[in-house]
Amino acid sequence: MISREKIKELEAIALKIRRHIILMTCAAASGHPGGSLSAADIVTALYFYKLKHKPQDPTWPDRDRFVMSKGHAAPVLYAALAEAGYFPVSYLKTLRQLGSSLQGHIDMLSLPGIEMSTGSLGQGLSAANGMALACRLDKMSCRVICLLGDGECQEGQVWEAAMTAGHHKLDNLTAIIDRNKYQIDGKVEDIKGIEPLADKFKAFNWQVLFCDGHDMSSIISALENAEKVKGKPAVIIADTIKGKGVKFMEDNPLDYHGKAPTREEETLALECLREKESK
Amino acid sequence: MNETMPAGRQDKKAATRDAYGKTLLELGRENKDIVVLDADLSASTKTILFAKEFPDRFFDMGVAEQDMISTAAGLAACGKIAFASTFAVFGSGRAWEQVRISVAYTRLNVKIVVTHAGITTGEDGASHQANEDLAIMRVIPNLTVIVPSDAIEAEKAIRAIAAFHGPVYVRLSRLATPIINDNKDYNFQIGRGIIMREGSDATIVACGLMVSMALDAAEMLQKEGVSVRVVDLHTLKPFDKELIIRCARETGAIVTAEEHSIIGGLGGAVAEVLMENHPVPMARVGIKDMFGESGKPEELLVKYGLTPEEIAHAARSVIARKK
Ligand SMILES: Cc1ncc(C[n+]2csc(CCOP(=O)(O)OP(=O)(O)O)c2C)c(N)n1
Repeated sequence: MISREKIKELEAIALKIRRHIILMTCAAASGHPGGSLSAADIVTALYFYKLKHKPQDPTWPDRDRFVMSKGHAAPVLYAALAEAGYFPVSYLKTLRQLGSSLQGHIDMLSLPGIEMSTGSLGQGLSAANGMALACRLDKMSCRVICLLGDGECQEGQVWEAAMTAGHHKLDNLTAIIDRNKYQIDGKVEDIKGIEPLADKFKAFNWQVLFCDGHDMSSIISALENAEKVKGKPAVIIADTIKGKGVKFMEDNPLDYHGKAPTREEETLALECLREKESK
Repeated sequence: MNETMPAGRQDKKAATRDAYGKTLLELGRENKDIVVLDADLSASTKTILFAKEFPDRFFDMGVAEQDMISTAAGLAACGKIAFASTFAVFGSGRAWEQVRISVAYTRLNVKIVVTHAGITTGEDGASHQANEDLAIMRVIPNLTVIVPSDAIEAEKAIRAIAAFHGPVYVRLSRLATPIINDNKDYNFQIGRGIIMREGSDATIVACGLMVSMALDAAEMLQKEGVSVRVVDLHTLKPFDKELIIRCARETGAIVTAEEHSIIGGLGGAVAEVLMENHPVPMARVGIKDMFGESGKPEELLVKYGLTPEEIAHAARSVIARKK
């Protein structure tokens, strides 16, 4: 069981990460705050609790591998890597600038600590499967974790990959769906519904778990239960809110998918986050 | 240096895909980091030989080429040398964007080795005849693109790419084609074209099975007193610019010959380099801007203008255009 203090500590880190997301997208005047904020707690739980990794030695062979398939949510990953010590936090403000390692969508060759380049939705789970197969071949105990968007699940390749993981019984793999219920053009269920999502994964021979994607202990127990699953891959459907933590983004998720906050909105957003802190 | 290769021609024939299957098996025995993926075509692509001996290192991904390419990337990201095979149409076209982002952008050690390229795929018809793959693969940054001219060159190329770190696309054929490199001096280097035959009036730059036809064309022309050089440009990328410019300077006219659309492939690559560096009369022999059809490979080659006669004709025409 994770201690109350640890939960508090993780919540504080998640808040910092949310603040970075606002600051960096505002500074860049572009980027994807909504889907970054919805994944902030999950990514925090991974980098500051669950993943075996060494920020000082990013290519450590026994590390767990995290593939961020929804590559547009780069800001949340960059913020976590910076907070974890892969590079200075001050570098975050170079997001999307010419010459920066913080590319608009994540690029494994520009930044240590990134396992796979993404940005074209639908490819990450296949790559994660490849890593899981390689780790199994080499009898390595590390885990592979892949985060996908719910809109992303409309991509055919996701289901090719789901079939592959099920077929190969990849129990060293955990997929997480950031089920924030929105994509660019509208609600996922209005554009092209993906429900019943759990049944789909079950039909592809996955173990399905659920969590509240904004509750640290719920996220962590789901991640731990996923590791206990034997003989099949596990997927965690994380119930999340697009724009989580910033009231006006939560209220208008469609406006903040791929649009950065203005200076005024930045101030407002930081205020929202400060209120959260004092609670 | 690009040495002149006496064309050690014989009547022997072999398919480049068979050379691949055999070489891959040998490599599998030599290096346990080699893994192989296929998309339900292992008997045709010949990866089945590897699959039988190394079932643990072979992944049949089923009919899912996009998934196969990105999975290969994941395996490579964990240190494997991942060979992924299917037919050329699917490995290039269906999975193009997976090649672009999962493999090329990441510079991962993935070898996409495709078979059944071009019109000589034959009876299966247009859906299976990749006449556009070189154009769409050549344009992807970081990707090395190789088209072996015979089974011997295919074997050397497969060995070379296994030793080379980075993403590669290799285009192989279904059809058994003449062995033209049975020669102890033969030396394959990624990115370096080979002068197969010396000549002074024009140069025929060819790849794949068209190299053998170019040699036949050179033979025909010699009987008319016309001397043409023949270059096997097995690597389309990185492109051997120096060699092509040198051939243009020294012979004053160029013909390209490829079993591919005349748009965007070898002919396109040569034209780009000549226009900017040393324009000379040029003609492209290849498949016109059209789809293929069912037929026997030999019949299709004639119908679509991929013959020594067609190459010789093109050579006469560019020589006539020289000032
Ligand atoms: C293959 C592909 N098609 C389209 C896009 C453009 N795009 C970026 S994000 C996005 C919506 C993704 O929705 P979802 O997966 O739910 O992401 P989230 O809401 O978590 O940000 C789209 C269509 C893309 N990046 N890749």
